[in-house]
Amino acid sequence: MRTYSITTEHGEQVSYTDRKRWLWLMSLATPLFPLVGVVGHLVTGHETWLLLPLCLMFVLGPIFDWLFGEDENNPPEILVPLLEQDNYYRVLTYITVPLHYVTFIGVAVWVGTQSLSWWGFLVLTVATGFADGFAINTGHELGHKRTKIETWLAKIVLAVPAYGHFWIEHNRGHHRDVATPEDPASARMGESIYKFAKREIPGAFHRAWMIEHERLCRKELPVWSLHNEVLQSYMISVVLQVGLIAAFGWIMLPFLMLHNFFSWWVLTSANYIEHYGLLREKQADGKYERCQPHHSWNANHKYSNLLLFHLQRHSDHHANPTRRYQSLRHFSNLPSLPSGYYGMYIIAYIPSLWFRVLDQRLLALPHVNGNLDKVNIDPESKDRLYNKYGADHG
Amino acid sequence: MARYQCPGCRYIYDERVGDDHEGYPPGLIFESLPDDFVCPDCSVRYKEDFELKD
Repeated sequence: MRTYSITTEHGEQVSYTDRKRWLWLMSLATPLFPLVGVVGHLVTGHETWLLLPLCLMFVLGPIFDWLFGEDENNPPEILVPLLEQDNYYRVLTYITVPLHYVTFIGVAVWVGTQSLSWWGFLVLTVATGFADGFAINTGHELGHKRTKIETWLAKIVLAVPAYGHFWIEHNRGHHRDVATPEDPASARMGESIYKFAKREIPGAFHRAWMIEHERLCRKELPVWSLHNEVLQSYMISVVLQVGLIAAFGWIMLPFLMLHNFFSWWVLTSANYIEHYGLLREKQADGKYERCQPHHSWNANHKYSNLLLFHLQRHSDHHANPTRRYQSLRHFSNLPSLPSGYYGMYIIAYIPSLWFRVLDQRLLALPHVNGNLDKVNIDPESKDRLYNKYGADHG
Repeated sequence: MARYQCPGCRYIYDERVGDDHEGYPPGLIFESLPDDFVCPDCSVRYKEDFELKD
């Protein structure tokens, strides 16, 4: 275990030991979950093993979050530069990139060469889609950094779920517009995840394309060229996915379509829960107030945070987007979720349950205090929600 | 020629250098950046948030 120390200008010694240092190795497990099922199938001959990856994520995930609880430990601010310089942490994100390729190609080989039953095919493909959806999480961590190697690795890893536009969309679009009605990647109160997906998926693509279009026009470069950073990642996706169809035939078509869809769905799920109903106020000059920590939902659960590079410490991420995952901080008195993302995803997929769990929590936040005017609300649900909560809370 | 810094992520816009990736040529003064300019690194801070560094 490594201890970081510094002497302040007042002569005071400050030390910090990251107790999670070696536990961060667990983040390498996320991309590998589908292969656990494949290896089980290979060794035993029983297809039932292919169910295991989904169980690891959506049964074990919420249980472990409940069992291991929350982690409120923060590094002292003065030591953050030292912690950020430690290459160990960034190497873990680098290693995750080829692991997503190994899993994706490994599962494609398995699907392409074995005669799986329809349900074996389905559960393995969906699990791989979910695991590679977390490639977007790796791409997210890398894409926020300034070094060339990290931005390129982001584009490379985003090619696995065929979501190359995410890097631009998220950094330049979502972070600018977060928690406003204009943001297709911020969910509104009363909006189910299924309704949100129809707005989020096309909206994100459109915003990324417009931002990149504007940048290339400023540089007087052609939009349809390899200067286009959206297309750079897509080119890798095309080579990869057309290559798999050429190698294993048409069985790859349903595999890739389902895989890609569920990868995108993982991001939709994360976006859905990260800012549900939260709203930045408009200032006198017509601009929105700067994004504050209370404009994101947080989950401080130890287990899922270790698998997701602290993505769930979301408030600090939005306040300081370039901060590395090992330095993201927990703050008390912020919007907080009752479980980590794995558990919250399941709740989100059952809209009536989601509304029951989240709507009261949202209205109870100190800055909202029951006032629906301070909530990012779905226009079509507005009358219904004002009737339901307006009298009690307004 | 001056340098302006994002108070959030410390990104620096140096008028002498511009920002090639973003398409702002060397010599482009800070005032000439678009009104809806946001920090290219963090996207959290607006043009008017930037501080004159030197």
